[in-house]
Amino acid sequence: MKLRSTSAAAAAAVVLALTATACGTGSDSGSNGDKINVGIKFDQPGLGLKTPDGKYAGFDVDVARYVAKELGFAEDKINFKQAPSAERENLIKNGDVKFVVASYSINDKRKKEVDFAGPYFLAHQDLLVRADDSSITKVEDLNAKKLCSVTGSTSAQNVKDKLAPKADLQQLGGYSECLTGLENKAVDALTTDDSILAGYASQKEHAGKFKLAGLRMSDEKYGIGVKKGDDELRGKINKALEKMVTDGTWEKLVKEHFGPSGYKYEPAPKVEN
Amino acid sequence: MFDFLDSGQYDLLGAFWVTAKLALYSAIGSLIWGTALVGMRVSPVPMMRAFGTAYVNLVRNTPLTVVLVACSFVLNQTLRITLGGGRSEEIGFRLAVLGLVLYTGTFVCEALRSGINTVPPGQAEAARALGLSFTQVLTLVVFPQAFRAVVTPLANVLIALTKNTTVASAISAAEAALLMKEMVENEADALFAVFAVFAFGFILLTLPTGLFLGWAAKRLAVKR
Repeated sequence: MKLRSTSAAAAAAVVLALTATACGTGSDSGSNGDKINVGIKFDQPGLGLKTPDGKYAGFDVDVARYVAKELGFAEDKINFKQAPSAERENLIKNGDVKFVVASYSINDKRKKEVDFAGPYFLAHQDLLVRADDSSITKVEDLNAKKLCSVTGSTSAQNVKDKLAPKADLQQLGGYSECLTGLENKAVDALTTDDSILAGYASQKEHAGKFKLAGLRMSDEKYGIGVKKGDDELRGKINKALEKMVTDGTWEKLVKEHFGPSGYKYEPAPKVEN
Repeated sequence: MFDFLDSGQYDLLGAFWVTAKLALYSAIGSLIWGTALVGMRVSPVPMMRAFGTAYVNLVRNTPLTVVLVACSFVLNQTLRITLGGGRSEEIGFRLAVLGLVLYTGTFVCEALRSGINTVPPGQAEAARALGLSFTQVLTLVVFPQAFRAVVTPLANVLIALTKNTTVASAISAAEAALLMKEMVENEADALFAVFAVFAFGFILLTLPTGLFLGWAAKRLAVKR
């Protein structure tokens, strides 16, 4: 009997905890009061990075700030939330964030779950090599090379299945871990979207060590993820993105964040409605 | 909902086979390394005792991810140790086995040490009185009884080890967690189904292990 009452109490505690968390997310719906929740990456230099002093920096972050401003939220009313790749759809669907700007490539499977505003940037899969290495000039060269990418990422799968099945591909937990190998010459190239690579190459501690190969092996259109069916918000964000390009802010931001790496970026893509 | 499994794009069985191999090799290795460690911890040589204690407390309290990533960074990328592997996947697998053995060995050691404590001290004293050496006391009298007492705790360690293999995807070993990351990346519309498939796969691996070793523990326990 003693045991039964203990387990009943434990069950009650679990149920309470569950309902409490459900309340926490349910009443939120992306904005609490006069604040807006925005999903970004916290770990990608150049795109979305949380700096050690708790600030946020990067191209995606500045795009998010611009869009939020156009929606009527000043900079101090934005509440940035981390949106890791695997959780982006759920964050949007549960209403934890209003929109997601996190190097979010538009594709059909994702379109089934969320709607996309934009695109606001066109990236390509590319290679980052050591600055003194000019042995890779075309995709076929990769078959004899050692590559590194993040475990399970689209770029890693592209290399394995399509681009260079014979290449020796190392899959590590994060891009910065691949950079160590690249510097030590344990691998010959790091592969992922050129925007991300440019962000790493532009970091102060890596200045001059690496360069982009400029191979353009795939097209990745970055969009802003919003809740499925929220056409009003999507329309507003699209307008904000169009304005950002016409008033020159887009050009300025791209130069600021990717400039130091010598990255030949694509012109601003046309917003699709 | 589960139609991504029929696309032929993913080798689910192959990935779980790598997980099973990773768990099996690491289990054998950590049983050997753990036995050696416990031998040191109960030995009459102060240096060995000190090493055993320091090693167990240091490695047991280091996160597994740190141990594995250190294997990859320090041994492979910096010192260029490949453990005889050719391609990155192979090297990653071998380094993962090494890291898991180093880590899990500490838990095997502590489980065994508790087993040694179940053997009445009179047995070791009697064996010594008969003129057996330390190694003989350990291998002929103490270990056979200690092992039979700790089958259940060792089963716990083995189940934890099976689940810990998922960390190896961070250093390129192509096991189940790596395939799961690929699926999560591609199948944005079926995330929960993907997680369910992998959770089920791990239950299929660990549940029979637990049931069999639970049965074995009852058969083998020393009746006192």
